[in-house]
Amino acid sequence: MKLKLIPIAALLAAALASPTALAQKKYDQGASDKEVLVGHINPYSGPASGYGTIGRSIAAYLKKVNEEGGVNGRQINMITYDDGYSPPKTVEMARKLVEQDKVLLIFQPLGTPPNSAIHKYMNAKKVPHLFVATGATKWNDPKAFPWTMGWQPNYQTEAKIYAQHILKTKPNAKIAVLYQNDDYGKDYLKGFHDGLGAKAKTMIVKEASYEVTDPTVDSQMAQLQASGADTFFNITTPKFAAQAVRKAWDSGWKPVHYLNNVSIGVGSVLKPAGLEKSIGLITTSYLKDPTDPQWKDDAAMIGWTAFMKKYYAEGDLTDSFNVYGYAVAKTLVQTIKQAGNDLTRANVMKQAASLRNFEVDVLLPGIKINTSGTDFAPIESVQLSRFDGTTWVRFGEVMGK
Amino acid sequence: MDALLHQVLAGLATGGIYASVALALVMIYQATHLVNFAQGELAMFSTYIAWSLINAGMPYWGAFFLTVGFSFVLGVLIERVVIRPVENAPVLAVVVVFIALLVILNSVTGWIYTFTIKTFPSPFPNDLGFGKYMSPHEAGAIGVTLVVLLLLYAFFRFTPLGLAMRAAAQNPESSRLVGIRVGWMLALGWGLAAAIGSIAGMMVAPIVFLDPNMMGGVLLYAFAAALVGGIDSPGGAVFGGFLVGVLENVLGAFVIGNELKLAVALVLIIGVLVVKPSGFSGKVHVSRV
Repeated sequence: MKLKLIPIAALLAAALASPTALAQKKYDQGASDKEVLVGHINPYSGPASGYGTIGRSIAAYLKKVNEEGGVNGRQINMITYDDGYSPPKTVEMARKLVEQDKVLLIFQPLGTPPNSAIHKYMNAKKVPHLFVATGATKWNDPKAFPWTMGWQPNYQTEAKIYAQHILKTKPNAKIAVLYQNDDYGKDYLKGFHDGLGAKAKTMIVKEASYEVTDPTVDSQMAQLQASGADTFFNITTPKFAAQAVRKAWDSGWKPVHYLNNVSIGVGSVLKPAGLEKSIGLITTSYLKDPTDPQWKDDAAMIGWTAFMKKYYAEGDLTDSFNVYGYAVAKTLVQTIKQAGNDLTRANVMKQAASLRNFEVDVLLPGIKINTSGTDFAPIESVQLSRFDGTTWVRFGEVMGK
Repeated sequence: MDALLHQVLAGLATGGIYASVALALVMIYQATHLVNFAQGELAMFSTYIAWSLINAGMPYWGAFFLTVGFSFVLGVLIERVVIRPVENAPVLAVVVVFIALLVILNSVTGWIYTFTIKTFPSPFPNDLGFGKYMSPHEAGAIGVTLVVLLLLYAFFRFTPLGLAMRAAAQNPESSRLVGIRVGWMLALGWGLAAAIGSIAGMMVAPIVFLDPNMMGGVLLYAFAAALVGGIDSPGGAVFGGFLVGVLENVLGAFVIGNELKLAVALVLIIGVLVVKPSGFSGKVHVSRV
């Protein structure tokens, strides 16, 4: 009975609703005929202020969109606040945006701890918490948190891809894992175990954790080396990544070395560790790197460079965070475009969950954005790359979904 | 066996780091009878000064000694400007000032130099042939720590100024009566501690990379080291540093697991305070009340 009723009800609803829906515009707080008001939180000061340029490049992209006429005739205005990567401040800023500034949605707060702090608040208030800038897997949980969505490939997806690559190229590998003993490290570790499946127990010969308060990871590296492993999965943040890469080389251990995407900055990690010591490292990527010579004549990157020069002239043309900001802003614009004249929070969320094969030109070829009511993970494919002493060189197919 | 040797040597290398910072802690304690929580950040800040000098083209040793001199002056200045006004305040007030210094130095450095890690050069040759277990720099840093220890010992033991400083810390009133300028002795103590700290910073930075949070974790272990050895004994502090480094590694690798490595330091701190507050080689103080 139930099954039969649904199409009838849907037909009735469509018949009743559609003529009015077309004529009538629907708005929630923060949207009007003239504008869509978007809230944004980013660290512009403090230890994570290096990410500040993401917020600036997003603002620059929205300026470009507005100058070109906006989206469906509306200007997208963004209010951006600094939380200094401090969760209590993120809470304060999120409340201010929702309750005083009355924004339609909050876009791209950065970092796992800041987003965790406002996760429940955003869902209790039923305000879209869109495309958060962190790789934690928990943002993809539409059942429990239907108002929160991630954007970049999450840690578990990434770790599974390393696991697949190991299973394919070195099925008898003896694997050592170094991981930071917190949510981030354990997220990667879980994905890696899941990726190896039943073979995880036999293939992983040693796991060693470190705390962020540890001065060095030398002791852990010595343990991993002593385990006799020939493959090494390095789940570390930049400082410890540089230490581990250097120590692996200095102690004469030459494993196949997988480095998580968190710490692949050439200037901020590999140079301090020593470029010659970093040759052969394997990681994943999903964005076109602005320093990679192969994109010199690529239309998308030429477009990005022109955009940077016109709208964000003080921005660094070698910083891939500016490509990231550009790409994620395009995803937001697409979502608002799809929402049409129904700018309610519910519809914005529904549209964010209805991105189909959406292509952002600065993502690597073959990587498309797909979401659905049960899949809140926009980017789920990446490509492996290997460091050749000066730059990351992509190899193999695009992997993942 | 090879694994154990590797852990012990790696422990000695990190122990050398703890020892050098513990020395600075002991220095300030000897001069002022206070434990300076900002000691690590002060050392980190000095290291950035050295980094700027070297990047501006100055040769390593020139930058090294200039930084030591600069840190000495900075230490004296901090004592005169910041600590002096709270000299007679309760201990808690002084501790708050120390913590404020810690936070200020950390954020100011981050603001000036950003939080991205930087490489800091080592004065020691690249390869001595035993690089597998311990890098030449780590060995060199241990040597430098021992030299500083010797100099300190000689200074306090054999020079009139060292004697005056010891007297000023132990009995300010009597010292004043025999003509020692106690206020200046305290400032001098700060200066020396900052100078030793800057050496520690310059020895630590090539190992852990230079960033504003470089000393955060190290300071905690250095406290444990200083307490184990006796907070008023330079030799004890160095010994304590090596002991903490080796214990932490060996226990972490073979007994309790990496997750509890930090707990080793904390257990040592509490254990020493409960069982033998004066540490291995510190003096037992008795005061009449």
